Amino acid sequence: MFDFGIWTSWIHSQLTAVMPEGLAIFLECVAIGICLLLLYVIIAIIMIYMERKVCAAFQCRLGPTRVGPWGSVQVFCDVFKMLTKEIITIRHSDKFLYNLAPYLVILASVMAFACIPVSRGLEILDFNVGVLFFMAASSIGVVGILLAGWSSNNKFSLIGAMRSGAQMISYELSIGLSILTIIVLTDTMQFSEIVMRQADGWFIFKGHIPAVIAFIIYLIAGNAEVNRGPFDLPEAESELTAGYHTEYSGMHFGLFYVAEFVNLFIVSSIAATIFLGGWMPLHIPGLDGFNAVMDAIPGFIWFFAKAFFVVWLLMWIKWTFPRLRIDQILTLEWKYLVPIGLVNLLLMVVVVVFKLHF
Amino acid sequence: MDITLDLIVFIVLALFITVNAILAVTTKRILRAATYLLFVLFGTAGIYFQLNYSFLGAVQLLVYAGGITVLYVFSILLTSSEGDQAEKLNKGKFAAGLIATLTALGLCLFITLRHDFLPSHFEHGELSVRTIGHALMSGEKFGFVLPFEVISVLLLACIVGGILIARKR
Repeated sequence: MFDFGIWTSWIHSQLTAVMPEGLAIFLECVAIGICLLLLYVIIAIIMIYMERKVCAAFQCRLGPTRVGPWGSVQVFCDVFKMLTKEIITIRHSDKFLYNLAPYLVILASVMAFACIPVSRGLEILDFNVGVLFFMAASSIGVVGILLAGWSSNNKFSLIGAMRSGAQMISYELSIGLSILTIIVLTDTMQFSEIVMRQADGWFIFKGHIPAVIAFIIYLIAGNAEVNRGPFDLPEAESELTAGYHTEYSGMHFGLFYVAEFVNLFIVSSIAATIFLGGWMPLHIPGLDGFNAVMDAIPGFIWFFAKAFFVVWLLMWIKWTFPRLRIDQILTLEWKYLVPIGLVNLLLMVVVVVFKLHF
Repeated sequence: MDITLDLIVFIVLALFITVNAILAVTTKRILRAATYLLFVLFGTAGIYFQLNYSFLGAVQLLVYAGGITVLYVFSILLTSSEGDQAEKLNKGKFAAGLIATLTALGLCLFITLRHDFLPSHFEHGELSVRTIGHALMSGEKFGFVLPFEVISVLLLACIVGGILIARKR
């Protein structure tokens, strides 16, 4: 598998040859930040286009077709429309918090996005407590949503924000438990190391029964965590107009919208990394010819293929099931998913202790 | 003393923390105070990350920024009404607060300046999670199993108490 670390260390050595190390590191950080934001925007645009097309397919429609080939320029037009719209201010609201809230949501999203290992040597934040940091970064978004709902000075927004807060805090537990199940199997929390351990089989195969249960719990909880259907109660159009971002217009609304779609991608790519091997190709022990062919495909193609496969699964769920009630959502989490997750964790410990995994 | 990248980052973080801490206590609106507190906690996490102690930084973000601040915001949303403003401080309270602050500042400065720090044994590079886990769960010297378990008992008591208060029957 090609190691992009060769490129990055070459760039670093070239930069340090002509300038002091501090300046070189600073320049590299700026460059990486710009690349990260660019990738963020590109992923958002792809996700919005994909959402429209997948939604249309599930409803027996065609989706956007008029602007550009297969409607592919439609999303860019929408982005320009959103950029040129006026950002309105709400009377009798806390202007500072009202303007701050979308940026907090984006901050959390970008920080979580930076944890994703795209390919070998292309990890941006690769702490040895990577999984813990990912959970921490993604938990900040709730604050932004609560502030948005409160500072809009609107009862619907506030109800939407409260629902969203309750839902996200609850489902974070299930996400944590299902990731923890896999960490028991890997004994590491570093994302790059987690991917490397899957060279001889992805964890969903290596951990068999508990891993599959954890994967299903993760998919359900991940869908709820990003506030998408059938768990899109915070922005239930029929009862709350648009939930916490009702009062936002222009690019401030756009930030919420983009963050929601990229959060879906983040949840999917973490699922792909932890359960489906990340950028690691499909290897079957014993079949050397097959493994060599699989190795010829670059890592980032494997990664994006897996991530978008999980995205597609989640979109399928969203456009298939009707919306639940808030008490049903919380019952599902606290009475079913958390106990199942805890028992599953115990099962995984038994499997690891008695070496029943592959 | 030469200016390194580390020093610049530290100064930026320290200024960020100080400004936000002052704003948090001087603002009149309680939700803004909670937001500034969130920024102070971000800054502190930043300092932990700068010291290369990513475990503590992540825990700081997870527990304080993602947990406690959310709890604060939630309880503020549930209890206070829209135009809530802090009442104006009377002279006695202001003087008491000032004296308490100055005493605390003096005490901290006294201890920091008089204490001769041991030469640091800090190893550069990240501490592995395995080491932290063994330190938390070992009962030998420098092991933290007793505080760890006592805190878990405390949390259990909190959960039981919360359920008892929330239950109507």
